[in-house]
Amino acid sequence: MLRLRNVESGYGRLRVLRKVTMHVRAGEIVTIIGANGAGKSTLLRTVAGLLRARSGEILFDTREIGNLPPEKIVFLGCSLVPEGRQLFAPMTVRENILLGAYPQFRKNGGSAVGNDFERVYGIFPLLREREKQLAGTLSGGEQQMLAIARALMARPKLIMMDEPSMGLAPMIMKDIFSIVTSLRKGGDTVLLVEQNAKAALGIADRGYVLETGRIIMEGTAETLLSNRDVQRAYLGRDLDAEGKM
Amino acid sequence: MYWEPEQERMSGEELAQLQLERLESTLNRVYRNVPFYRKKFDELGISPEEIGSLSDLPRLPFTTKEDLRQNYPYGLFAVPMREVVRIHASSGTTGMSTVVGYTRNDIKTWSNLVARVLTAGGVTKDDVVQISFGYGLFTGGFGLHYGAERIGASVIPASSGNTARQIKIMMDFKTTALVGTPSYAMLVAETIREMGIPVSALSLKYGLFGAEPWSEGMRQEIQDKLGIVATDNYGLSEVLGPGVSGECQERRGLHISEDHFLVEVIDPETLTPVAAGQAGELVITTLTKEAFPMIRYRTRDLTSLLTEACPCGRTGRLMSRVVGRTDDMLIIKGVNVFPSQIESVLFEIEGTEPHYQIVIDRKRAMDEVTVLVEAAESIFFDQMRRQSGMVETIRKRLAHELGISVDVKLVEKKTLQRFEGKAKRVVDNRKL
Repeated sequence: MLRLRNVESGYGRLRVLRKVTMHVRAGEIVTIIGANGAGKSTLLRTVAGLLRARSGEILFDTREIGNLPPEKIVFLGCSLVPEGRQLFAPMTVRENILLGAYPQFRKNGGSAVGNDFERVYGIFPLLREREKQLAGTLSGGEQQMLAIARALMARPKLIMMDEPSMGLAPMIMKDIFSIVTSLRKGGDTVLLVEQNAKAALGIADRGYVLETGRIIMEGTAETLLSNRDVQRAYLGRDLDAEGKM
Repeated sequence: MYWEPEQERMSGEELAQLQLERLESTLNRVYRNVPFYRKKFDELGISPEEIGSLSDLPRLPFTTKEDLRQNYPYGLFAVPMREVVRIHASSGTTGMSTVVGYTRNDIKTWSNLVARVLTAGGVTKDDVVQISFGYGLFTGGFGLHYGAERIGASVIPASSGNTARQIKIMMDFKTTALVGTPSYAMLVAETIREMGIPVSALSLKYGLFGAEPWSEGMRQEIQDKLGIVATDNYGLSEVLGPGVSGECQERRGLHISEDHFLVEVIDPETLTPVAAGQAGELVITTLTKEAFPMIRYRTRDLTSLLTEACPCGRTGRLMSRVVGRTDDMLIIKGVNVFPSQIESVLFEIEGTEPHYQIVIDRKRAMDEVTVLVEAAESIFFDQMRRQSGMVETIRKRLAHELGISVDVKLVEKKTLQRFEGKAKRVVDNRKL
């Protein structure tokens, strides 16, 4: 579904991604784990078209999207749930969701949008209860749900999520992750960037470890979870201390 | 039947993407973690970042057995020792074996890849698998054991030797699949005939053989005599052990697990790729090994990559059976032996001349090695007792060095053929 080959990207003169090669197959949850500053968000922003790749190719459903503007990429079926939610705080929940419906409205008209509302409210019943509330008044977890709901309104084939668990209490985080899992069950494909590597690998099929802009490991979630390098660096296990116990 | 259907039947395009991802991440890791590779890449002015396609592979340096020796024992490990859960070694020249390591994940990968080979060879969880490979530093026994256990078969770790007992086990335990060297299978076949046991008294269905070269004729004979489907499988400890490739029931060549190994076939003289289908030296780059990644390892094994697809549905390319070596390594009873190992032992023993000959025969399907050594003149004038004492010493030292027993005969000075230029010290009478 998504295929990157030797993608380089960055900000100004700063080169963040150095030849990243990776892929996501339809129906998979793939996670990219790595430390702060490794280039995880840069990767998603580059795929979404918010940053231009300097070299390499990005294929979405065999189509090169490296040169397309972000709105075209969303139209093709690749949506980003951005880091920090990026909601419109003074607008209502319903209005925020509606903003995500533009591609479907253009493609299939208003009735299709109505059905999509039903679908996302089905996934997030809480948002229906709060549909008239201003987005800014929601809790962190609710805001994250809203950001995901907004992205789903474009009926993406691939949904990319940038740190969805950021700033959330563990209980809420669990809810968000179970929603991600349920999306996959519904046939959606997810590319997930997370600092919480353990949680992300817990629900993912496969993962990549990004380190200073380079992929140093690829494997099934199970393989990565049992890799000691990953455990030490990203899962917070202190293996040396454990050895002494 | 497939063990990992998705991986074993991956499309060419999908495979190429995965291989590139894994190659790039392997290069990033070895450059970061293995000083040997970092130095080698730096000397050639290559950074891992420059490798952006599978066709860039020839720009990378080769790794040879000599490199492994120079970094003996742990110099090429890419992870700290506390992450290594297993160490294996294979014999090498001059007493220095090559040492390889495995992380917990490597052992899992190994089990799965061998499970693929076993499944392709016909083995299922309902089989009783008798492993007659040696268990020890040699990777054959453990590798096949893990694979068979992974499948869920009932595994009998019979190890090598004691043929009569192996046959009793085979009958009493109702072994359905025999794993070992092809020459051992021949020995088993001959022994049951001598013992007057009809093949119908055995429950054998499949034989998975490897660790030494064998021919189509030998396969026919084994299949006929034991009433089994015999398949060939290939591997070497430097890149994993068994599990690199194996035949399916079609028996048209060995399917390579290309999602874990990048293979090239080169001309051993010019070191450039041979044309598709031509024979040459197999070069392997590991794509998933954690503890002991290998970049372009020269296996010294001669084979060719077949171009036709296999009706079994596996997309991993087929390699032909290994037909020989590009160096002087001998495979005797499945054990790697270098003539230089024998030479170094002889040099250490007083009273021998530096002239020797290694004669290999196959009697009753088993390899027998005789080392002919010229004795210094003084010895032959002495008593018999000293002579036989010396033969015994050499025998013990050789057995210790090689890990297999060999026969030693002293011959009079100047009786062995002299060579100008490259000496031909090995006489291999085996008909494979």
